[in-house]
Formats: sequence, C-alpha cells, structure tokens
Amino acid sequence: MTETVLTHDNKPSEGVVKGRSLLDTALLRLKRNRAAMVSLWVIIGMTLAAIIGPAVSTHSYDEVYNHFVGEKPSIGAYPKQEQITPITERALSRARVDMEDINISKDNVKISVVNRKQEPLDPRITRYLMRADIFQNVSLEILKADPQRGVISADIKPLRFLMGTDQNGRDLLTRILVSLRISLMVGALATGVALIIGVTYGAVSGFVGGNIDNLMMRFVDLLYSLPFVFFVILLVVFFGNNIFLIFIAVGCIQWLDMARIVRGQTLQLKQQEFVQASEALGVNQGNIIKRHIIPNLAGTVVVYMTLLIPRVILLESFLSFLGLGVQEPLTSLGVLIAEGARYMRNDPYLLIFPALTMSILLFALNFLGDGLRDALDPKDR
Amino acid sequence: MNTQTSVLNIQDLVVDFDTPDGVVHAVKGVSMAIAPGEIVAIVGESGSGKSQIAMSVLGILASNGKASGKILFNDQDILHLPRKELNSIRGSKISIIFQEPMTSLDPLYRVGEQIMEPLRAHKGLSRSEAKKRALELMRQVQIPDPERRFKSFPNEMSGGQRQRIMIALALANEPDILIADEPTTALDVTTQAEILKLLAELNKQLGMSIVFITHDLGIVEAFAERVYVMQSGEVKEFGSTNAIFKTPKTEYTKTLLDAEPEGAKEPVKKTQDIVLETEKMDVVYGHAPRFLQKDTRFHAVKDTSLRLHKGQTIGLVGESGSGKSTLGRALLRLTESTGKIVYLGNNIDKVPLKSLKPLREELQMVFQDPYGSLSPRMTVLNIVEEGLQTHKPQLSKVERQKLSLSTLEKVGLDPSVRNRFPHEFSGGQRQRIAIARAMVLQPKVVVLDEPTSALDRTVQKEVLELLRSLQSEFSLSYIFISHDLAVIKVMADYVMVMKNGKIIEEGVTQEIFERPRQNYTKSLITSSFNLKELLSEV
Repeated sequence: MTETVLTHDNKPSEGVVKGRSLLDTALLRLKRNRAAMVSLWVIIGMTLAAIIGPAVSTHSYDEVYNHFVGEKPSIGAYPKQEQITPITERALSRARVDMEDINISKDNVKISVVNRKQEPLDPRITRYLMRADIFQNVSLEILKADPQRGVISADIKPLRFLMGTDQNGRDLLTRILVSLRISLMVGALATGVALIIGVTYGAVSGFVGGNIDNLMMRFVDLLYSLPFVFFVILLVVFFGNNIFLIFIAVGCIQWLDMARIVRGQTLQLKQQEFVQASEALGVNQGNIIKRHIIPNLAGTVVVYMTLLIPRVILLESFLSFLGLGVQEPLTSLGVLIAEGARYMRNDPYLLIFPALTMSILLFALNFLGDGLRDALDPKDR
Repeated sequence: MNTQTSVLNIQDLVVDFDTPDGVVHAVKGVSMAIAPGEIVAIVGESGSGKSQIAMSVLGILASNGKASGKILFNDQDILHLPRKELNSIRGSKISIIFQEPMTSLDPLYRVGEQIMEPLRAHKGLSRSEAKKRALELMRQVQIPDPERRFKSFPNEMSGGQRQRIMIALALANEPDILIADEPTTALDVTTQAEILKLLAELNKQLGMSIVFITHDLGIVEAFAERVYVMQSGEVKEFGSTNAIFKTPKTEYTKTLLDAEPEGAKEPVKKTQDIVLETEKMDVVYGHAPRFLQKDTRFHAVKDTSLRLHKGQTIGLVGESGSGKSTLGRALLRLTESTGKIVYLGNNIDKVPLKSLKPLREELQMVFQDPYGSLSPRMTVLNIVEEGLQTHKPQLSKVERQKLSLSTLEKVGLDPSVRNRFPHEFSGGQRQRIAIARAMVLQPKVVVLDEPTSALDRTVQKEVLELLRSLQSEFSLSYIFISHDLAVIKVMADYVMVMKNGKIIEEGVTQEIFERPRQNYTKSLITSSFNLKELLSEV
C-alpha cells in the first residue's frame, strides 16, 4: 500500500525504514530473560499437548480397563505375565467354559478350553476374551474329535500406562492431557471474557469521567459485593451443570479487577499530552479511546492477563473440587487433584502427577507474566 | 593538570551502556579536574553524556551501565570503591542536586524531617541538635520563615522552594563538591536567577567546589569560572569561561554560541483582519461550596481580552502558574470558559462542543513536551494523518498519505521515516512531527504552548526557523506561549505579560522589552538577559 504513495516523490521503496515498535523492543528484551523464555516454550508445549495429546493417545480418557484398576505408573507394557492367567480365567468363567491348559508365549496365548455343559463349544465365546481388553485376534479352533473342547489362540495387546491408572482403571496420562485442555480453555476463555468486558468498561469509565464514571464504578462495587460461590451455585441451579457456564461465571467475576486497573491507567493516560492533542484535533471520543487509550494500555493489560490466567485455572479447580465445575467422566486438573488427594496413601502418584502438571503450568505462567512486566516497562531500559 | 591541586580528578572515564540495540558509548574517555572552591560548568546538548559523568562520580549509573577509568577524589580512586566505603563519601563529601525538584523529595514526609534524616544518619546528631542544624540550613538557603516551613510537606511548596530544600539537603554534611545537574531547568527565570545567586553565595561562604551541568550557555557565562564543552561523549574544548566565550576554538563551540535565538518580527498592520478575539474571558477550575464539599474554585484566568490579527504572533509570557497555558487552551475551547470568543466574526463561545469539529481543523495547538504529546504506539504517518482522517474523510488512503508525507517533508523530515515510532526520534524531530500534525490540516490559528522549552538551543533555533517559515508561507497567526523571554523577543511582534491569571502589561515587543512599565516585567527581563549583572552583586 505504501509503494503507491512513494511514486510521487520517486523514491525507491527500499528507502522506507521499518520502525521498531515498543512491542519489538519488548520482545527483544523478553528473549534475553531466560526464565520467561523457558516458560514460554513450556506453555506452548503444554498447549500443544493439550490440543493433540488426547487424540494421539492410545487410550480414551473415559475408557475403563476393569482389569487394570489402580495400576502403578510404568514404562513397561501391561498385562504383566502373571496377570494373564487370572484375567483369562475370569473371562472364561463368564463364558461358562473351563480352562484346561494355558500356554503363554511373548505376545501370544494358546488356551485349551472345555465346555462346562455337555454341548459343543459356541464360537461366540471368543467375544468374552475380546472384552477383557488385553487380547486381540482371538480365534477358536474346535476339536473335530470332541466338539466340547477347543483351543483358543489370541494375541496379547500391549497396553502402556505411563502414569498408571486411576481407581476406575482409566489411563491417568490421557486424563491429565484432557484436564489440561479443560483448564487451559477455561483460563483462556474466562480471561478473554474478562479482558473484553474489563478493558472496554474501564477505558470508557475512566475516559468519560465525571458522574458517569462514578455510576459505572459503583456498579462494579455492587458486583464485587456478590459472593462468588453463591453466584456460581445460583447459575448451576438455574441452568444445570455446564462447562461454559463456568467460563461465564469466572469471566463475570474477573473482569471487575481488570476494569478497575484499566480505569486507573486511563485516568493517567487522559492527562497525557498526546490525548489532549487528539482532542485539539477534534478526534471524537470513541476514536481517542480506540486509537490512543487502548493501545497504550496494552502493557498493563498483557501483564495482568498472564497473572489472571493462573488465577482462573485455580478458581476452576476450586469449583471442580467442590463439585460445581466439570462433571465426570470429563475432568480437570482440580478434579484430578481432589481424587488424587483421596487415594494419596496407597497411590501417591494419583496426586503427584496432576499436582506436578498444575504447578509447572502455574510457575510458567507466573514467570512469563513477570518477564512481560519487565519487558514492557519503558523505564527499565 | 596537577592532581595535588584538585579535589576531583577524572581520568579517561569511559561509560558504556548495554542496551537491546547493542552497546552505547555514552562517555568516551573524558578527563577533567576540579580545583577546590571552583565553579566549573559542563555544557553540552542532551545526549552528550554530561549527566553520566555526574552519575559515575556518585556511583549511581543505571544498572546496565559500566564505567571504567579513574575518578580520584582527594587522590583516592572512588570509581572502584566497595559500596560501603563509597557511601561514606557520597552524600557527605560529594553531594548532588537534580533537575526535578518536584519528584526528588518524598511527598509523605515533612521537609524538616527530610533534612534532619541525613544529619542524624551520617553525623549521629540527636533530634534536637539535628533540628537546630536543619533550621540553620534552611536559613542558609534563604527559605523565609523556616520554623513554619519546617513542618510543611513538599507539595505545599513552590518549585523554587523545593529546589532550595534540595540544596539544603545537599549542604547538610558540608560537602567538598556539589554537583548540580541542570538544577534550574524546571524553574522560572526569576526563580532560576535566585537559585543561581544562592549557589554563588554558598560557594563564596563555604568554599566548596560546584560542578554545574547545563545546556544553557547564558547561565554558564554568568556563573562559571571554567567550562568543559561536551559533544557525543567527548570533551571538545575546555578553558576559562572568558576564553571560551570570546575565542572559541572548535566549530562545535561556535555553533553552540551561535544558537542563541535571533531575529525579530515586524508588527502586523492594524488594518489586518482580526482572526481571533476574546473579551472578558474568565476560567474557573473547581466548584462552589456544596453539600459536604469545600470550595475548590480557582480563578486561573481573569478578565482577559485579546485580539489576534492575521499573520500576527502574540507572545504570552509569565511564570508557571500564571495561567498562560490555560488561556491558550481556553481560546481553542479545550477548557471551559466564560466570556466572548470570536473567530472570524463568529461567536464560538456558546457553540456546543460537539459542533466545534469543523473549527478544530482551523484552530490548532502544539504542545510543550515532545515526548508526551505523541502516542508511543503510533507510527509517524498515523500520527500525522489522524487529523485528516477526522476532518477529511472523503480523502482516499493514498491521497491522505500523500498529503501527510508532503507535510513531513515541509517540516524537514525525510518521508522515509513514516513507519517509525516516536521513541526512535530526538526531541527536535519529535517536535517537528508534532508541528506536522498541526500543519497537515492547514490551520489559520496555531496555539504554540512552550514549543521549544524542552529542546536544546541549537535544535530550538531550527524549530523557531521552521515556525517562522511556515508562518510566512501560510500567513498563520500564532499564540506563542513561553516563559523564555529570549524566544518571545525574536518570535512575537506583540507581547502580553501574565501574572496570577491577569494580563498586567501588553504592547508591541520592542516597546515592552525596551521600556517595561511594570516591576514584574522588569524583573523577568533582568533575570533572563542580565544574569551576569545580577550575579556580580554577590
């Protein structure tokens, strides 16, 4: 677009010097802050894991493995050698056949079975073995000489539970990835809601000033006086338990702080000469807010945002902990930690892994927030 | 130079700053020596590194700065001293006063307490002894009624009085060297003269050396015995004040000396059209007493009438707080006022603010602070074209940019800088951008609110030239607000002197400067033009 303009003074477009905005400078400074950069990559990694992790995982977050309840975390595959015989026996007893002999090789089993009733074997009994989660390619060979007997051969399906399974036999790693997704989503959405409402409200209130400012801020005070948990319970009672409701509830509370901070900043910005200069140019108030106030608020807002996200994630966890948030089988970090805390004594890993994830995420967000605050402060050159 | 005879001897001082853009060499191997009881000035434009020398001496460089070389205080190298030992020297043997008297005092403590604190800390005086000494110091810096002032908070004092308190603080431990970093730049001319007089007297009485850092050659000539001229981190020239001013050796010193504003403006004919006129204008801030609230009324401008002809420049002079800026803003209806305002024969004082938009195009304003008046998040092009967006929405984007770029060229900026951000420019360039923003709309009246006060003299001269050429090209009318009489003298053809919201004297420039009638005007003129005489009385 600029090239067309240039033709009038016949200057080559190379002559246009690209300026370095405050944002570029800030990024440059951020890059030199090692803690913040590491945090940034951690957050990016976690976000990617949360988005594609559950799809890549071999387990579904709500898939229950009846035979693997409360398994310890391990790199090796399940089932373990000694688990195969009891699992097979249980499956076969449901099929009402008896096991005569079992021959376990590395990834294959051969089972000789005999029907309990004096009848030929039903080929459909293989289904009982399929349901046992650990077998695949099950086939039954009925002996011609004695149709009451047969040999079942099945491949062992290796299952890996890197972080173990929970008390319902669900893969913890997949559940953590899903909960990370929920937590990040709550964090991003609620912060987004808080951001949009808070910045607009605060900027308008601060800029217009006078009685309108007074009125708008008293409304904020009014909302402040509403007890948060009570507000959420009310919402849940009226609209049922819905994850989006939680976003709205959290966003609705969090924008209040944002509005106050933004209003204070706006009051300060309003005194700046460049705002007065725009007034003298005759620019209308909407455009002044859009062009001058809001871009100059960016620093404060970005920093507050990175501090708001962890707060929102904690809030969601708190709500879920109370049972007001995410409902089973969906899960969030708060729910996982609450569950883990219950089985802490026997299965500490159920608490350790979700808590570790949460801590890393919160640390990373806080470090990044601190880094951004330093990077965006124009005085700190 | 002999180290024996100097209290402070700086040898090959180098100061580097580590910034995101690479290393900046602020001071490049500077050597200077200050003898006991001497007044030495360091002159240079902003960015010449003169303040960084002072910072290095006191060990208060910004955290990304690094100083090397030698700084000998009484033959002891203080540059590499551990903090603890340095603390016993700085603040007691070497002290400093800064430019901003408004921010260098803690607003939460009474000034008396603030003077007492270093006395008790450094000298271990008891409360009553410290108080006695503090009162003595306040008398020494000539604060009227020190017993009462002792209990004042900084915000209750004027800028000049605060600077006196700062000096008292610096003197508290009878230093050998007082470093004054632009101590009068933020003050009015009359206050400046008083502070300089005070410093000269203290120098005589106490025999301490004064290192005076400034960009104002007028002060140097009247005040200092020796001068160091600095440019981009190097000492260009040094010698006695007389020698430097009479026979400057380097080009740079010559340009500095030449940079005093010059020229004069012919008065416009009485027959020229009147563009802007006010009658009995009053501006009142605050409100009358009402339920549970005190009377906060403050009469900023009282009963002011003014007549601006086409092509005329009216100079509004006065000290800070005299209401001159308020008057300027009220003329453009940026501040509410009562009384008549007539623009080109139309009464605009009753027009509702919303319907003023077409007028905003023709009545423009340029602000003082080139750092604060440009939005840091907008590019130069966006800043300049904002007015066009508002007033000429019919223009296409290309036309708008074309107009903006040609205006940038007119104010002497290369159009290729269009995509840069304000913080990448120097003060003078920024002020040019601000002028381009006003000029792009082709206004008829421009209110210039201290447009050159924040600029170095050489840059100031260029900006004044620019304003002059723009005025003759477009026959603009200016209201030129300034506390700097040297600038008003060369720019305005008509002068109005304001004090406490009132115009106390007005007339054609030459007449006012040659035959001032009011005492106030006389004192303004002596403090700006006859500083030397004033100080020679000491």
